[in-house]
Amino acid sequence: MDKVLGKPVERLEDGPLIRGRGRYAGDINFPHQLHMRMVRSPHAHALIKSVDTGEALALPGVFAVWTSADIAELGPVDFRADRASEILKPYRQPVLAKGRVRYVGDPVAAVFAEDPYTAEDAAELVAVDYEELPAITRADQEPGEFDDGLGTEAALLTHTFGDVEAGFAAAHTVIELDLLTGRHSGVPMETRGAIGVYDAAADVLELHGAAKVPHRNRDTLIGMLDLAPGQVHVYESHVGGGFGIRGELYPEDVLVLVAAKRLGRPVKWIEDRMEHLMCANQGREQRHLARIAVDEDGRILAMDDEIFHDQGGYVRTHGSNVANRTMCMLTGLYDVSAFRAVAHFRLTNKTPCATYRAPGRFESTYVREQLIDAIAAELGIDRVAVRRRNLIPADAFPYRLAFDEPHVADLEFDSGDYELLMDKALEAFGWKELQDTLARRREAGEMVGLGIGLFLEEGGRGPSDGARISVDSQGGVEVVTGGASLGQGFETAMAQICADALGVDYKRIRVIHGQTDRIPYGIGAHATRATVLTGGAVHATALTLRAKALDMAAELLQSPADALNIDDGVIGKRDDPGGPTMTLGEVAKRMAPGSKVLGDRPPGLWAEDFFNPAETVFPYGVHLAQVRVDPGTGGITVERFMVAYDVGRAVNPAMVEGQLVGGCLQGLGGALYEEFAYDERGQPLAVTLADYLLPTLGEAPEIECLITEDAPSPLNPLGIKSAGEGGINGVGAAIAGAVNEAIGIPGAVTRLPITPQRLKAILRAAGK
Amino acid sequence: MTAKTDITLTVNGRDYAVTVEPRRTLADAIREDCGQTGTHLGCEHGVCGTCTVLLDGQPVRSCLLFAVQCQGKSIRTVESLADGDDLHPLQEAFVKHHALQCGYCTPGFLMLAAGILENDPDINDADLREALSSNLCRCTGYANIVKAVRAAADDMKSG
Repeated sequence: MDKVLGKPVERLEDGPLIRGRGRYAGDINFPHQLHMRMVRSPHAHALIKSVDTGEALALPGVFAVWTSADIAELGPVDFRADRASEILKPYRQPVLAKGRVRYVGDPVAAVFAEDPYTAEDAAELVAVDYEELPAITRADQEPGEFDDGLGTEAALLTHTFGDVEAGFAAAHTVIELDLLTGRHSGVPMETRGAIGVYDAAADVLELHGAAKVPHRNRDTLIGMLDLAPGQVHVYESHVGGGFGIRGELYPEDVLVLVAAKRLGRPVKWIEDRMEHLMCANQGREQRHLARIAVDEDGRILAMDDEIFHDQGGYVRTHGSNVANRTMCMLTGLYDVSAFRAVAHFRLTNKTPCATYRAPGRFESTYVREQLIDAIAAELGIDRVAVRRRNLIPADAFPYRLAFDEPHVADLEFDSGDYELLMDKALEAFGWKELQDTLARRREAGEMVGLGIGLFLEEGGRGPSDGARISVDSQGGVEVVTGGASLGQGFETAMAQICADALGVDYKRIRVIHGQTDRIPYGIGAHATRATVLTGGAVHATALTLRAKALDMAAELLQSPADALNIDDGVIGKRDDPGGPTMTLGEVAKRMAPGSKVLGDRPPGLWAEDFFNPAETVFPYGVHLAQVRVDPGTGGITVERFMVAYDVGRAVNPAMVEGQLVGGCLQGLGGALYEEFAYDERGQPLAVTLADYLLPTLGEAPEIECLITEDAPSPLNPLGIKSAGEGGINGVGAAIAGAVNEAIGIPGAVTRLPITPQRLKAILRAAGK
Repeated sequence: MTAKTDITLTVNGRDYAVTVEPRRTLADAIREDCGQTGTHLGCEHGVCGTCTVLLDGQPVRSCLLFAVQCQGKSIRTVESLADGDDLHPLQEAFVKHHALQCGYCTPGFLMLAAGILENDPDINDADLREALSSNLCRCTGYANIVKAVRAAADDMKSG
């Protein structure tokens, strides 16, 4: 049968989802479950003077009300094992606030009741006495005190290489920009949810409603709860979108487990939308004081950036990862010989931040591409030409970035032809022809402009992932992975990879993910890893299994194994179509324990294997935008938008396009509409979807998508480079550049999102 | 407000005798009391449209209605679309056109689209986009949803 790898086949996931038979966190129920409701801080920064739970406890149907005193033995929500950082540890979030609250929404108490309506009623009856403290609402203001003797600047982080001073000393021109990226987040359509169950017979705690990194969360949980790995099982079912923020370990996840065990009843918690917008991880908010030194031709001599990173109220599971990724990806796809970035990693009294799709990369691409545009404007050189002059050339791969800091890992860009993709994108967009068209429109009085954002992505970082594949006696195939599915089509992608390697119909393959009791290790789905890493493991395992099946079949069919082929689950001689055959199911049956034909072989038709990539893969892309500005309202219409992306190799082009296009629209949200704003007392101003403006179909342009496979990765056998985050990466950069050109003021846009109010202010100040 | 009332809800042609507080939302009653969990909740304040169902043939936000308001009315949810193994043309089109990723908003979009096409089978592209812009999707960027609904509309007219 035809190969499916590389084909836009229909997804295995869709059947139950279009019938309303998904099993999301809210759909998971256990007999006699209690419902948890959090009591949350109404203040951005305050001391907790007292908590009175009496009235809440007296409400019929209320089972228990807990404050931090009830879980005094429980430590804060820990960093993931690979992110341990001693200096950041004091800034971790307690499961329930102890003595002080640090953002609006900080959990102070938890109510457990017979039904969710009662739990919410009771939560309103918990009386907390606060003494409000001044709130720190900006990372670039004077740092304050986080706790006794502990400042709000948790760390000063650096990434450097080369001689920056010499670069600036030799400069023909130095450009300086002061840029802000707004506070955004993933805002999946499903809010968070967690259901804790204690199986007393097995002495096992079960966490349902997990996502993204079930195995890593299991490992964090056993550390926090002082349990053995076999005593905590984490289960992922359907997940209504992730985007980096869903599936990290949060206080509520820990609390449902502790409560389920202590209260002797399953405990269910489903977040409401207001809680989500106040409590789930946010991201992006940074101020950059960026400088770049260039020669008279616009070639980059050095880059220097001082970053103020707004971490919010606590340091969550990622530690300082987002600030670090911002710095190490700042030079992007340009050949820069001297670089220095310094990040003030600061706590504020706002919702804690962590990774949101393309963390650090959306931010750094925005800064870098604005710098490049500014060079072009300053020197009077075409902005495409400036980019062309500075791109890492195609013959320079693998290209290594080695940082001075011993603890900062080097980056090695595996493969690429950046200029080729830029040219393909410009050609497909009609960039050259549009110069004249738009110039004419501008002459006629319209404010229209083009923008370009080149971006570098990273994915498939190791270290390792495994898979186990088995064939049952009817020829059904089960692929057990430690990967995770957040709706991106993980099951389909894994089945496609397995189908071609093994020789079966992908629709006969069942893919298991996110079940820590089915496989001991798992990498999850984060940092654009799943298809590369778990896909690599599935590919390796399927090949091992194929060899095993052929070895057995060779004996049964009396033919050398290398003369046999597997097609649609049927094994036969490659050059003898009419000859004897047998199915994989029959081979599995003949390999049952006790079978006389087994010989020295271990029983069962199954295999497991691991994939251990040495390095990260680096996909890359180009965003192109054409916008029109309404000078009367400050409104921006995106007339056209394109993403071009070299994915190495597309496992399923329709799913890759889905990731890229969906990512683009999220990026347009962050560039134009979405913002978690706060007032000067730290009160959040976007706590409903009527304030936090997700793009609707009304704002969505038709996004053009150009997927290329010009630079497959040499680091994995399929050449895959992953696609989860590229769609959003350079959107802010391209839109900002387009708006600058539309209004005819280079460097005018210094802040995302570019709201109508902000654009009106820019136009007013310029007398336009 | 917490005193319970006996009502009958007619969901997908079947009568459910349920006892609910007057404040219980239609969405919660459909999900928890009638066991039809295909209807999802995204915001619980009428913005996202994830919980869209058909009430006497009209798309409504089931989070903005109380269950007690819906006695005697016909409620249709995503579970009503397929006839056994036979998918509704909208469901077939959503699969074919990759109009879903995580699938959480999908039941709401399917019911919104079903309502739109039942009320106006000849709807033009501009009006269709306008009507579909009332629901939110965070994964797809919408283009494939529009394609799927347009394809289903054509299919339903010719079929």
